[in-house]
Amino acid sequence: MAPTRREFLKHTAATAAALGLAASPASTQLAALQPTRSNDSGDPSIKELTQRALDVAKSAGADYADVRVSRNRSQTLLTREHRVQNVVDSETYGFGVRVLAGGAWGFAASRDLTKAEVERVAKQAAAQAKANRSVLIRPVALAPTPAVRDGSWKGPAEIDPFDVAIEDKVGLLLEANDAALKAGAKFVTSAMFFLREEKTLATSDGTYVVQTIYRSQPTMNVTAVSPKFTDFQTRQSNDIAPMGMGYEHVRDAKLVENAPKWAQQAVEKLSAKPVDVGRYDLVLHPSHLWLTIHESIAHPTELDRAMGYEANYAGTSFVSPPEKMLGTFRYGPDFMNIQGDRSQPGSLSACGWDDEGVEPDTFLIIKNGIVNDYQTTREQAPWLSWWYSKQGRETRSHGCSYAQSWADVQFQRMPNVSLLPGDTERSFEEIIAATDKGIAIIGDGSFSIDQQRYNAQFGGQLFYEIKGGKMVGMLKDVAYQMRTPDFWNAMDMIGGHASYQLGGAFNDGKGQPSQANAVSHGCVPARFRQINVINTGRQA
Amino acid sequence: MSPRSLYDPPALLSSDDAQALAKRALSHSTADAARVTIVNGSRGNTRFAVNQISTAGDNTDTVLTVRSEYGKRAASASTNALDDDSLKRVVETSERLAKLAPEDPEAMPELGPQAVSASPGYSASTAALDPAGRAAAVSRVTEPARAAKLVATGYLETDVGSFAVANSKGLFDYSRQTSAAMTTTVRTPDASGSGWAGAAHSDWRRIDPSELGEHAIEKARRSVNAVAVEPGRYTVILEPTAVGNLIQLLAFALNARNADEGRSFFTKPGGGNKIGQKVVDERVSLWSDPMDPDASANTFTAEGLPVHKTVWIEEGVVRNLAYDRFWAEKQNTAPSPLIGSLRMPGGTTTQEEMVASVSRGILVTRFWYIRPVDPRTILYTGLTRDGTFLIEDGKITRAVKNLRFNESPIFMLNNLEGLGPPVRVSASEDGGPGFAIVVPPVMARDFTFTSLSDAV
Repeated sequence: MAPTRREFLKHTAATAAALGLAASPASTQLAALQPTRSNDSGDPSIKELTQRALDVAKSAGADYADVRVSRNRSQTLLTREHRVQNVVDSETYGFGVRVLAGGAWGFAASRDLTKAEVERVAKQAAAQAKANRSVLIRPVALAPTPAVRDGSWKGPAEIDPFDVAIEDKVGLLLEANDAALKAGAKFVTSAMFFLREEKTLATSDGTYVVQTIYRSQPTMNVTAVSPKFTDFQTRQSNDIAPMGMGYEHVRDAKLVENAPKWAQQAVEKLSAKPVDVGRYDLVLHPSHLWLTIHESIAHPTELDRAMGYEANYAGTSFVSPPEKMLGTFRYGPDFMNIQGDRSQPGSLSACGWDDEGVEPDTFLIIKNGIVNDYQTTREQAPWLSWWYSKQGRETRSHGCSYAQSWADVQFQRMPNVSLLPGDTERSFEEIIAATDKGIAIIGDGSFSIDQQRYNAQFGGQLFYEIKGGKMVGMLKDVAYQMRTPDFWNAMDMIGGHASYQLGGAFNDGKGQPSQANAVSHGCVPARFRQINVINTGRQA
Repeated sequence: MSPRSLYDPPALLSSDDAQALAKRALSHSTADAARVTIVNGSRGNTRFAVNQISTAGDNTDTVLTVRSEYGKRAASASTNALDDDSLKRVVETSERLAKLAPEDPEAMPELGPQAVSASPGYSASTAALDPAGRAAAVSRVTEPARAAKLVATGYLETDVGSFAVANSKGLFDYSRQTSAAMTTTVRTPDASGSGWAGAAHSDWRRIDPSELGEHAIEKARRSVNAVAVEPGRYTVILEPTAVGNLIQLLAFALNARNADEGRSFFTKPGGGNKIGQKVVDERVSLWSDPMDPDASANTFTAEGLPVHKTVWIEEGVVRNLAYDRFWAEKQNTAPSPLIGSLRMPGGTTTQEEMVASVSRGILVTRFWYIRPVDPRTILYTGLTRDGTFLIEDGKITRAVKNLRFNESPIFMLNNLEGLGPPVRVSASEDGGPGFAIVVPPVMARDFTFTSLSDAV
């Protein structure tokens, strides 16, 4: 059973205080966050133009077409020490038309949302689909999805970041920088990133939906330098995750209050003990583990990768072929459940409908340790219809279609992919207390994984040696190497509901041309037995 | 001039178009000084997977950015709406933000008019490649792969762009450039072998899709039944793409200020930087030259400053680091911006001669997922991919499983055994045009591999 919100907050605060961590806003605010849904279809002139694009595409031979119009407003503030390096406010507006004709896709896009240009671009997309048919072997077929006539969805933002005065934002960053410098940092950079995307999707199936999505991220990077210029160490504030929220996320991140701790930790790293190579039990904090989940579970269970579609860049997957994996392959222990969704409040992937009009569902990718499903779009879901019918489930897309902007074609991108809490209520500290010899890792650091997602190496922000159930001192130059299925099967203890929190990234890259996807990963702390740790420090 | 086809995207902004647009934007400025940058262009791309085209896209955009300055206060705003109301609004936004920004003690004044050279990197053949042309190029890879019962996946991208900078002090710089890149990964249907080939250039005619297909097919065939070797230190022969993957990491670390501030490999212990010090083998030099016909880059910066050839490393000695205008002035030197062009001259040893000289080593086609581990030594980790082979007694004997490295280009260039003739490579991670890089194949000893990967 889930804890009450009060218990949740109390527990999170205690964990944070014990480790000098920033309280995760994910865990303190999620309960209150909800998107807004309505039937407001927005600007009628856009509706007219999108209908025109669909009509032109149809008469040019499209069997299916969709049009996305988006206006992205973004703002970046960058500071270092006592100065502002850059303040940039950007807006981009345009549309893209995707056409399926004779089983082949075409896509064209333009910034100029006028009737003549909409017609030209629709024809260009249709002509391109025809050109692409020249090397067609297997025509594309789409899984059905119900039409949504006039849908509206707005992400949760208590304070629109673009309504907050620039001097307040800059003032907050400079005050935080000052606090870090006073606490021993030699250098400090800090930044804020904000996005508001207003997106309209019209499809030839009759769907018309309008959505507003917010994203906010405050960051700091604190550097300590040794007195004789022989060493330097950094501490990034990545225990504060980027979120699908408004400015309240920045306010609650408490940069000024946290900056001295980050500075002290950077200084402490200078004299931390270099790690001895060997095998250790690792206790991984959610602020670290989210990235391991992202790389070693979320990416290999993208169905396009498993089917070879991303072989030239992002790669394929060891979770392949699906017919040998679904219902069979053991990824981890029985208590390991991995969920895909686009609905967790405040998460980066949350939306009402994906970029082809599908309302995303919540599904288990790993169920009781066994591969149970993949991430899909309308094109991909039919590839697994044999599995869905065996399970007595309908063949439907999980709603994982996404494009980073109007100028890019949508394709399969990961939803939030999360490690669900265990049945026993257990905290990060309690897992440490149960560990005799190991290393606790907080925050994400260096990361690298092969193109099939077998072999990975991860660093972190803070490393603590565990002896006899206690953290006895800070370590440095730590990285662990793993083989994905061995690693997850070495997981023997996980946290409960109260220890669950979201991590995430704005800029997950995939596709050619590479597109950025913003995604959150919820998880609990977990312990992994006897993992190979290397020392990354070398002399220049 | 023939009438424009209905399907053609709007033409590239000419110098006159860009100047007129910049003037329209600057006419709304009330700031002490203002700068406009215009990035305009089209991108065409075609992806293929499992021997057929999967997706493709053509888009066109023009982004105008205004930077307004009041004394030492400044801010920027950008838009892609180019009507007068939008231009007025974007100027006003930048001015409003600039007035609210605190004074920047490091603010540099806008430059006056500058003399810049036209970039050599514009090719009509690249600009003319349309979706049907791209589809035809793709079939020159997919058809032979299909005939060989192999599976080809890949990507072809062309970019046609113009870039302009104008300011209220009368500066106006304009250039237009093209770039093209094609990469392919060919795999065996049972996923036991994988081979890669890729190329990039400003001129599409310099890329031969059939040749790329042949190389990738050959590597896919040869890479099956890979055996495991013990991780450890190996003599490696790095093909030019793999060298490009690592050399660009060195370029990213060339920042002078970081070095002077004590947080870089290029920091001299005790203070200062390593300019004048020997850091790698004397056979190594490295420079950036925007006029390099095979590694062209933009001839001016976003501030409008002309870019000239800069030698970073000469015969193993650091000759220059990258200085922005502020840091250059403070350190009493000339600014030397890092640009997207790198050339490392090579030697005369062919790859075959290198192989013949190795008793036991590893041949690497390319590296992948390379991420920083320790900036103090420019240490990175990453993996080999799509063609990794064992060399025994002067011969390539068999495929080996992929390996993870933890290594620095600095260590690699100190352990140099041989250099071959330099070539232009496609060394970006995502297969886009990326940095324009010309590098030789390299043979080096004691390259550090730390673990094995089961990935094919």
